[in-house]
Amino acid sequence: MTDLAWIETALTGARPQAMGALLRYFRDLDRAEEAFQEACLRAMKTWPVKGPPRDPAAWLIFVGRNAALDSVRRDSRNTALPPDELISDLGDAEADMAERLDDSHYRDDILRLMFICCHPDLPATQQVALALRIVSGLSVREIANAFLVNEKAMEQRITRAKRRVSEADVPFAAPDAVDRAERLAAVAAMIYLIFNEGYSASGGEVHVREPLCEEAIRLARLLLRLFPAEPEIMGLLALMLLQHARTAARLDAEGNIVLLEDQDRGLWNRDKITEGLALVDKAMRHRKPGPYQVQAAIAALHARAAKPEDTDWQEINLLYQMLERLQPSPIVRLNRAVAVFKLQGAEAALLLVDPLKDRLSGYFYFHGVRGALLMELGRDREAHIAFDKAISLARTPAEAAHIRQHIDRLIAEGKAKAKSA
Amino acid sequence: MLYAILCYHDEDVVMSWSKAEDEAVLAKRKRVQKEFIERGKMGPAIRLVPTTGATTLRASGNEQLVLDGPFAETKEQLLGFYLVDCENLDEVVDFAKRMKEGESCTFEIRPVQIFEKGVLPEEVKVAS
Repeated sequence: MTDLAWIETALTGARPQAMGALLRYFRDLDRAEEAFQEACLRAMKTWPVKGPPRDPAAWLIFVGRNAALDSVRRDSRNTALPPDELISDLGDAEADMAERLDDSHYRDDILRLMFICCHPDLPATQQVALALRIVSGLSVREIANAFLVNEKAMEQRITRAKRRVSEADVPFAAPDAVDRAERLAAVAAMIYLIFNEGYSASGGEVHVREPLCEEAIRLARLLLRLFPAEPEIMGLLALMLLQHARTAARLDAEGNIVLLEDQDRGLWNRDKITEGLALVDKAMRHRKPGPYQVQAAIAALHARAAKPEDTDWQEINLLYQMLERLQPSPIVRLNRAVAVFKLQGAEAALLLVDPLKDRLSGYFYFHGVRGALLMELGRDREAHIAFDKAISLARTPAEAAHIRQHIDRLIAEGKAKAKSA
Repeated sequence: MLYAILCYHDEDVVMSWSKAEDEAVLAKRKRVQKEFIERGKMGPAIRLVPTTGATTLRASGNEQLVLDGPFAETKEQLLGFYLVDCENLDEVVDFAKRMKEGESCTFEIRPVQIFEKGVLPEEVKVAS
């Protein structure tokens, strides 16, 4: 890698620590961001000449803090800034700083930073936007592109979120044990929201937005490194890795959706699967099941099957039953119906699916699954109606095209039947 | 003599590489390995799952303590290693230099001995 490329990756890696510490210092998101930006600019100038510092995060915190203080002083007294060489020749000062920044400090800073983005007063869309801006450092344009809104609207969304945060009474003390558990759950949910936005795009032309998935995975790794003994965080990271491992196989060359059982398993990313399976294994040892772990365990059973027919549907059905107990939801029931279909056939699955009609009538997958079950039972006319409904609810062209294939098959089979009759 | 080339790097930095960057690094290393493979000098390349996947056994009094992690105490983590068969240190240093070219990681070269050969089959399934 070139110097600049290396520096950029180092800046990305150090960002949460540095932003967290600067926020603790200034207690103001905008000021912390400006300080970090300034520190990054100086890093770009200094590091290629002097080589990378021993602890990039400590360097950035030190330089960012001084730069922001200087700018406050300059505003008030109009004195010139000291030359860069002076500021960047930190020597022992940087080492001292690194000494004082022990891991527990880092940990609370990052958690606080993430927690601020998950402030309960903020709607989920603002939480995610703020986290991507503040913790991940994506530009407003990048976030706007990811969520398919224009830049100005996203700018407003982030500004509004920042204002809410500054008006709310955000605790800056290190969180206690109870707070921490609560915060952790909120932060985990926010990370999974980011992942899902990337994994199953809620609209637009692109069906999968990989950078968002990768950012969510990066944040979950960070969180797990801060809380290495939390089985639910292991589960969350495992779940995302196992799902993301299938990315290359989820769409064909024409951009059509390829269902799990039709995917070329050779395209699945083995590194991510290995890591995901290791984490599921590790989490299970704690005997403290939670929704992320159970979902990860289900994804692990799919990942372990070399061929679709090797899939352990019995175990998957049991895991979905467990998930229904932990987190009852019609969507979980709908997913379980697929396992029941594999084990007991379409009739039994339809008995699970039909009662969900009222709650899931606006849900694309409900009509897709129902249509497939009806088609399996030879109830073609009803299947056709269900598929039409699914198409009307599709959020991406790929989803619509996928259902259209089913309808084409129904029509073709209908013609074949008419001919043979 | 057998040598292990241990690769250390800051996990944060490596994890923030894009897929293209990761592939570029691997492709370059592959080119360097080609000659070693042809001359029968290349052993397995081992990649360790990130430290979040680690479990540590530690003695605590009379008890065995099972811990999740190594904890992020150091900036650099052991990410994996190569096993190579070289004439001498010069040869392995030269090889490692070419492998490392343009990368910010640290390579540590350690002579190794096969202590027990083990019974794993040639083709070990990676994810089983």
